[in-house]
Amino acid sequence: MGKPHLLVHDREDNVGVVVVEGLTAGTEMLCVVTEDNSDFSLVANADIPIGHKVALRDLTEGETVIKYGEDIGKMVGAAEKGGHVHTHNCKTKRW
Amino acid sequence: MAFDISNITVNAWRRENGRVGVRNHVLILPVDDISNAACEAVANNVKGTLAIPHAYGRLQFGEDLDLHFRTMIGTGANPNVAAVVVIGIEPEWTQVIVDGIAETGKPVTGFSIEQKGDFETIRQASWKAKEYVHWATELQKEPCPISDLWISTKCGESDTTTGLSSCPTVGNMYDKLLPEGIYGCFGETSEITGAEHICVKRAATPEAGEAFMKIFQAYQDEVIEPYKTSDLSDSQPTKGNILGGLTTIEEKALGNLEKIGKSSSYIDAMGPAVAPKKGPGLYFMDTSSAAAECVVLMAAAGYVIHTFPTGQGNVVGNPIVPVIKISGNPRTLRTMSEHIDVDVTGVLTREMTIEDAGDSLIDMIVRTANGRNTAAEALGHREFSLTKLYRSA
Repeated sequence: MGKPHLLVHDREDNVGVVVVEGLTAGTEMLCVVTEDNSDFSLVANADIPIGHKVALRDLTEGETVIKYGEDIGKMVGAAEKGGHVHTHNCKTKRW
Repeated sequence: MAFDISNITVNAWRRENGRVGVRNHVLILPVDDISNAACEAVANNVKGTLAIPHAYGRLQFGEDLDLHFRTMIGTGANPNVAAVVVIGIEPEWTQVIVDGIAETGKPVTGFSIEQKGDFETIRQASWKAKEYVHWATELQKEPCPISDLWISTKCGESDTTTGLSSCPTVGNMYDKLLPEGIYGCFGETSEITGAEHICVKRAATPEAGEAFMKIFQAYQDEVIEPYKTSDLSDSQPTKGNILGGLTTIEEKALGNLEKIGKSSSYIDAMGPAVAPKKGPGLYFMDTSSAAAECVVLMAAAGYVIHTFPTGQGNVVGNPIVPVIKISGNPRTLRTMSEHIDVDVTGVLTREMTIEDAGDSLIDMIVRTANGRNTAAEALGHREFSLTKLYRSA
C-alpha cells in the first residue's frame, strides 16, 4: 500500500483527515481507516489543507458529524462527498 | 525496536525521601513577585543555580493562597531539585514555604528582605546558594528502575494530527509503563469538554469517576456559565487549532483523551498541584489548559518528566521538569523541528505503528532521564506560569 492521503479513525465516521500537504481538487485519494487498516479511494473536490476534514459522503445541513465513532458537532451547511468540512459548515452542539 | 520494559533502568538521583529525580537543580525560589530581583541577583552571583521569577504571591487568601503555597512548596519539593534557597519580602510566608519543602529532607534555607534590603539579603543568600551548589554537584546518580519515574502529559497547539499520532503515542506509552508501576497524570479540565462522557467511563472506580465529574461540573457552573459570551467558539478551539483543521471543542477533546491510551484508567481526580495519594497509577488533575500553567501544576505535584504532544507546534518548557515534545505533523517537522524531540510523522504515512511510536517515546523518556537535554531545555524554555483562582488580592 502507498502512503495515504486521508486517514479515518473509525468505520462509522462520516469525515476523514487529510494527512498530506498541498492536496488539490481532483486528486484520487487513498483513504485508510486506522481502526482496521482497511482502505478505499475518494476524489477530493476542493484544495484541502493538511489536517482538515473531508466528507466521506454527501452531508446535509443539520446532520451529525461523526469522528472517532463519536458526535463531534452538526453540519450548519451542506458538504458534498469529497468536500471540505470545517468551521464554514460545521459547528459544535455545545453552544 | 523491542523492549523488555521491566528491566529498564535509568541513572538518576535518589532523594532523601526515596523519590527519584532526573535533574539536579539548585533552585532560587521567590515567595512573591517583589523578591524576583533578589533571586535573579543570587543566581547571577552563583553559577549552577536557577532563579524562577513569577508574578504572584502578595495579598492572596483562601483557596487561592493555598494553591500558591502548594505550587511553591511542590516546586521546591520536586525530586528534580537538589536544594532550595527561598527568598520572600516577609519572614512568615517565607518560613511556610521553607517548612513545606523541608519535609522532603532536602536542604532548604529561607531569607526575607524586610528590614534588611536587597543587598544584605543577596549577600547572605549567595553564600548559602554557593554551599548548596558544591554539595549538589557531588551527589552521584544511581541506577533506578523505570517504575520510579512519575510522568505527566498535556498536549498543546493541537490539530487533527495530534489525535491521529502524537496523543495515541503518549497513550501507548502509558498503556505500557503504568502496569510497571509508574505514576501518570493528565488534566486540562476545560479541554475535556465534549468528551467528559468518555472520560468518566475511564475511571478505575465509581468514586474516581464521581471525583472527576465533580471537578468538571464545577468548571461548567463556576466559570463557563457566569463568564461565557454567547459563543465560546472564538477561544475553543483556538485559532491555531482551527488552522490545523480542528472544528469543534468535541473533536478537540476526543483527540486530547487519546493521551490516556486504550487500557489505562485513572484511580483518582486531584485538585491543582495536589500530589497523588493512592499509590502508583494514572491520575486526573484539575488544571488550566494553558500549556505552561498546566506543566507547572503537574511539576508541583511531583512529576519529573512531562510528555507533550503538539500538532501545530507549541514551544513550551518548564524550569525544573524536562518537557518531551512529540509531533506527527509533517509541516511542523519541516518548519520548526528544533522544538520536537520525537518525530511520529511515520504514523500518518502508515510507515510506523502506534506501538512503534510508543516504543520510540519510551526510548526518549529513558534517554531524557539519563541526562539528554530536551529541545525545550536546549532552547531555554523555562516558563514558570502560576495559576490564579480568583481576584483575592
